[in-house]
Amino acid sequence: MGTTLAEKLWASHLVRKGEDGAPDLIYIDLHMCHEVTSPQAFEGLRLAGRQVRRPDLTIATEDHNTPTLDIDLPIADETSRKQVNKLRENAEEFGIRIHSLGDADQGIVHVVGPQLGLTMPGMTVVCGDSHTSTHGAFGALAFGIGTSEVEHVLATQTLPLKPFKTMAINVDGTLPKGSTAKDIILAIIAKIGTGGGQGYVLEYRGEAIRALSMEARMTICNMSIEAGARAGIIAPDETTFAYVEGRPHAPEGEDWDAAVEYWRTLTTDDDAVFDAEVDLNAADLEPFITWGTNPGQGLPLSANVPSPEDFAEESDREAAANALEYMGLTPGTPFREIPIDTVFLGSCTNGRIEDLRAAAAIIQGREKAPHTRMLVVPGSARVRLQAEAEGLDKVFLDFGAEWRNAGCSMCLGMNPDQLKPQERSASTSNRNFEGRQGKGGRTHLVSPLVAAATAVRGTLSSPDDLVDAPAALV
Amino acid sequence: MEKFTTHTGVGVPLRRSNVDTDQIIPAVYLKRITRTGFEDALFAAWRGDADFILNKDEYKAGSVLVAGPDFGTGSSREHAVWALKDYGFKVVIASRFADIFRGNSGKQGLLAAVVSQENVELLWKLLDAEPGKEITVSLEDRTVTCGELTVPFEIDDYVRWRLMEGLDDIGLTLQHQDEITEFEKTRASWRPQTLPAKHLPSVHIEAARPVDA
Ligand code: SF4
Repeated sequence: MGTTLAEKLWASHLVRKGEDGAPDLIYIDLHMCHEVTSPQAFEGLRLAGRQVRRPDLTIATEDHNTPTLDIDLPIADETSRKQVNKLRENAEEFGIRIHSLGDADQGIVHVVGPQLGLTMPGMTVVCGDSHTSTHGAFGALAFGIGTSEVEHVLATQTLPLKPFKTMAINVDGTLPKGSTAKDIILAIIAKIGTGGGQGYVLEYRGEAIRALSMEARMTICNMSIEAGARAGIIAPDETTFAYVEGRPHAPEGEDWDAAVEYWRTLTTDDDAVFDAEVDLNAADLEPFITWGTNPGQGLPLSANVPSPEDFAEESDREAAANALEYMGLTPGTPFREIPIDTVFLGSCTNGRIEDLRAAAAIIQGREKAPHTRMLVVPGSARVRLQAEAEGLDKVFLDFGAEWRNAGCSMCLGMNPDQLKPQERSASTSNRNFEGRQGKGGRTHLVSPLVAAATAVRGTLSSPDDLVDAPAALV
Repeated sequence: MEKFTTHTGVGVPLRRSNVDTDQIIPAVYLKRITRTGFEDALFAAWRGDADFILNKDEYKAGSVLVAGPDFGTGSSREHAVWALKDYGFKVVIASRFADIFRGNSGKQGLLAAVVSQENVELLWKLLDAEPGKEITVSLEDRTVTCGELTVPFEIDDYVRWRLMEGLDDIGLTLQHQDEITEFEKTRASWRPQTLPAKHLPSVHIEAARPVDA
């Protein structure tokens, strides 16, 4: 019997097989750190008198706490400043490469890794952050870990782990215009639920996935965690190789040829058996949004706010009732009529250059709805530079949006970019939990296209709703 | 991690069941960036009450906590174990522990000893009769002794072995350093390294400024 891609990656990183119920020891190729989940791990090392085994396989960036304005001034919030300073001290003490605020390679850790060419097919990648699943888009086994595990990787460059189960997500058909990778993953989560992926590595397969760009694949793998999965993965192909080639850390010359030859073997065998399979037809998709307070509470934008009675299970009814109350929504209201206060374009889900381009193409030459604020936060400083080189910053500024510096920003509101109580956002990020974007804030997760159209009309909208359909969609 | 064979220290009877991790350490303390110094956070909400057991002189030096069933339920925060350790506890005795708490304890060298509720009640009686009385916990014999009373406790064999050897997960993995080194030799040269750092030319980033709303 053949093996799945995830199993191949596991086998190729096995340092030691666990005996008598002990876990396997897995080698880690790349360890990324940020300021929030690393301080105690470094202190643990210090207390035990241990060193970082492979500083040359470790990298740190500042992202969660960093402000998106006035980045040349000291960080105003004391807790945030302390966490960021601690990371800088630790990086210095242990000899770890760090990209600090103001550096061209600073940004969200999951944007920076791929951009530097550090994320490649066939690797194991970890970070003290659940959205490490993003890197699975390259055909890497990538997953988030806790602080003790961060310390373990720092000290040993390995992790003791029990094998994951595997699930195939087959997405066939062609994605209609106006729908994006974000709509695919929101539809998948709505289908299998926020616990549906628990214990699994999800492998996204099928022609709709093959047709996606690398950045779109990252959007999908990014949100695997919202389905409860340990990781998401997509087999590498020509699209992947083309994306990696020429990046600062990409292999060169003979190394490149050897790497690509190996990468081509990274597929699930035809006769491999997954522990579970789910099918979806991309042709049936339309722009998707969330209406509730977990990412599984999503529906097509063309629908209406559901009623708790629509759900068969008592627990779902209760969850829906609570969510509707928190979100301040009345059942039966067409989604398209819901007014939005803030549009947030950014995060490790949708803060890459293609996302900014897609949104800019929609709003170009239009005016922003007067009551709606739009915040554009590039995923990394490089993304910002690239966008500025293409003149996208001007498009956003002329439209009336705010053009910010890179970071996690309003994705989780650890910095000053937060919603006010009861403020409503259309956000391209990945979590719509209560209070995630600011205490009492109400989040609708959307694609960059929906975000842009919403900023134009001031209510949840898709590009189709705009007068004179945008050129990009014709 | 220190090796654990036996420990003798003041027993603290905590006559409560379902002590969850929010009670062991409230969320406000999780913003700290240190791994140590959580002793003040332990049972923070209860410590304000003058009658709380740890506020009594006889128990201040306590190192063996004897608690009610279902100790350590709730969130997975490792801080709960750090706080108990920082305060000076070496052992927690209860008839049932939450899985994650027990797992975290094992990782951090805090002994979570499972003693039947019947025997917990006996220990409580002895400790109440003579506040400040010491308890001896032998991991070797898997027994808890308080005065004349000796009762057995249960612990996972693997965890027991690790505690007795003084091995945390990291220590354990480091025993296989040779295998890690061997594995590293087989890694292909195309696999990336973060150092020496390579990047596109550095460019000055203009700071965004607030705009008037
Ligand atoms: S952008 Fe959001 S989800 Fe991504 S790493 Fe930052 S906080 Fe986490």
